Amino acid sequence: MTLLDVRELGVRFGGVVALDRVSFTVDAGEVVALIGPNGAGKTTLFNVITRVYRPSSGSVLVDGQPVSRMPPHHVVRHGLARTFQNVALFRSMSVLENVIVGDHTRTRSGWLESMIPMPGTVREEAKARTRAMEMIDFVGLGDVAMRPVAALPFGTQKRVELARALVSKPRLLLLDEPAGGISHEEVDATARLLRRIHDELGMTVLLVEHHMAFVMGISDRVVVLDFGRKIAEGSPGEVQRNPAVIEAYLGAA
Amino acid sequence: MLQRIRNSPPRYWLVVVVILFFIGLPTVIGSFQASEWAQVLILAIAIMGLNILVGYSGQISLGHGAFMAIGAYASAILVHKYKMDYLVTIPIAGLLTGMIGFLFGVPALRLSALYLALATFALAVVTPSLIKRPAELTGGVQGIILPPIDPPPLASDAFTAVTGTAMTSDQWIYYVTLAFALVLFWLAWNLVRHRAGRAMRAIRDGEVAAAASGVNIAGYKTLAFGISALYAGIAGSLFGLAVGFVSPDTFPVALSIQLLVGTVVGGLASIPGPLIGAIFAYFLPIESNQWVPTQTWIPSQIASTVEKAGPAVTYGVVLILIMIFAPNGVVGLITAGYARLRRRLRGAADRDSGQMPPDPQTG
Repeated sequence: MTLLDVRELGVRFGGVVALDRVSFTVDAGEVVALIGPNGAGKTTLFNVITRVYRPSSGSVLVDGQPVSRMPPHHVVRHGLARTFQNVALFRSMSVLENVIVGDHTRTRSGWLESMIPMPGTVREEAKARTRAMEMIDFVGLGDVAMRPVAALPFGTQKRVELARALVSKPRLLLLDEPAGGISHEEVDATARLLRRIHDELGMTVLLVEHHMAFVMGISDRVVVLDFGRKIAEGSPGEVQRNPAVIEAYLGAA
Repeated sequence: MLQRIRNSPPRYWLVVVVILFFIGLPTVIGSFQASEWAQVLILAIAIMGLNILVGYSGQISLGHGAFMAIGAYASAILVHKYKMDYLVTIPIAGLLTGMIGFLFGVPALRLSALYLALATFALAVVTPSLIKRPAELTGGVQGIILPPIDPPPLASDAFTAVTGTAMTSDQWIYYVTLAFALVLFWLAWNLVRHRAGRAMRAIRDGEVAAAASGVNIAGYKTLAFGISALYAGIAGSLFGLAVGFVSPDTFPVALSIQLLVGTVVGGLASIPGPLIGAIFAYFLPIESNQWVPTQTWIPSQIASTVEKAGPAVTYGVVLILIMIFAPNGVVGLITAGYARLRRRLRGAADRDSGQMPPDPQTG
């Protein structure tokens, strides 16, 4: 079953073509990696899927529903959650609070209930807290749940971001360089964590990554972008042998 | 329950002490000073409103004095024209100002920080002149004089029983203001700890990430404007009550600046901050006014030429010093100092295997 359907997607910034009619699909239950040299348009593609940018042409369908025209904050309601390349956490908040914000769409209390908390609000808050703690424990950060995120090391912050994305129980999880800028041990731990996210939580994963061993070890399928175009697609093995991919990475012989 | 009270962190005790202090204050100070402290509390309410906007939602307003004006005039007109009870008009004025603030927040969404600062500044500049226009309603340049209000017998008797003197109108107004301040601070404290306030803080810390988490950026930004204006409206209404009349000159541009100064000095995104900021914003100009003429070391020539500017200069200098030494406001300075003290105490205790260091006097 197709969960994410990217059709003929094009993005222009002025005269620069960032994405040129890119099409691919992600089936439910898959782990798909998006790779390509720097500036290939991977993060742009992520930003279009999550509606940070508006596409110039083409469309993005999630479960058959177009998301490319909805306001950015509605995207998560359609089961899409993401992390960011350079970690975009709420720096003044604790780990727990960050993750609770990720639960925003599954809670209801408005401003009046926030200002005058009724028993219902208090219950909802307690539930959100419990769900957030479950996810924090899941990513292995139970010990630092109450700490301010700004003081945590980069690798730990990445896991906080992951927990924040997970808590909304997305069907499709979009990870922008989950193994970027972290140590070898952390890369292995992240790979194991992703396996568990896939196997235990049953989430479909689309990830952008430069770390090739990580990508090849974890993905079912790889989509390769170069200069805003899709140049190859297939299993990790196929992609590695693809001459176009080798050329894009190493240059023409 | 008793266990919970016993285990509550020290800052809750501090809150209790502060509340008791403000309740008891008018029984030990004179009526005039009570009216001064009522002004402080009014400023604290307005600054709390501004703090919700600037500190918690990351927007800016250089025009909150205008929202105070709207609240004050709403109350004054309801009292003057429609003979309503003043106390009843306060929440009405607040809600009305809140709605206007909410509407103002909609176009504000399109403006980036600098332009929003300009737009709100324009609001502060324009409002006093706009108020003069419908002279029928607002009393034009003269403004509206409000009938004095007397303390109700119950409050008056209670006050007399404690102090032995009759309760003045100013003292009664102080208590009305205190009641509003307590409720509004409590509401703000709740707001920032729960879903709506968290969403505002998330937007302040990172709009893209907040939107990706499902937070409606536009909705919460306008909401913050509305709630912020509601606070300013109530403060304005109380201000009219405390001063006894409202006129366009009661709400100059300087008031808006004073509010912003109070917000930053007290400490952005802090609940006690606005109270400290209000004490500062209210008393510093007055104190420096009195202090500068008494300083004989300032050469008389300079003193005479800058006599008028002296207080303003002192105000400015103190402000710059605070920004240098306490960039996170007074509350930020206190929390940082407290954390350092605790670290030091704990460090000392750790070295002696969990025991406090011996007292040099007895050991």
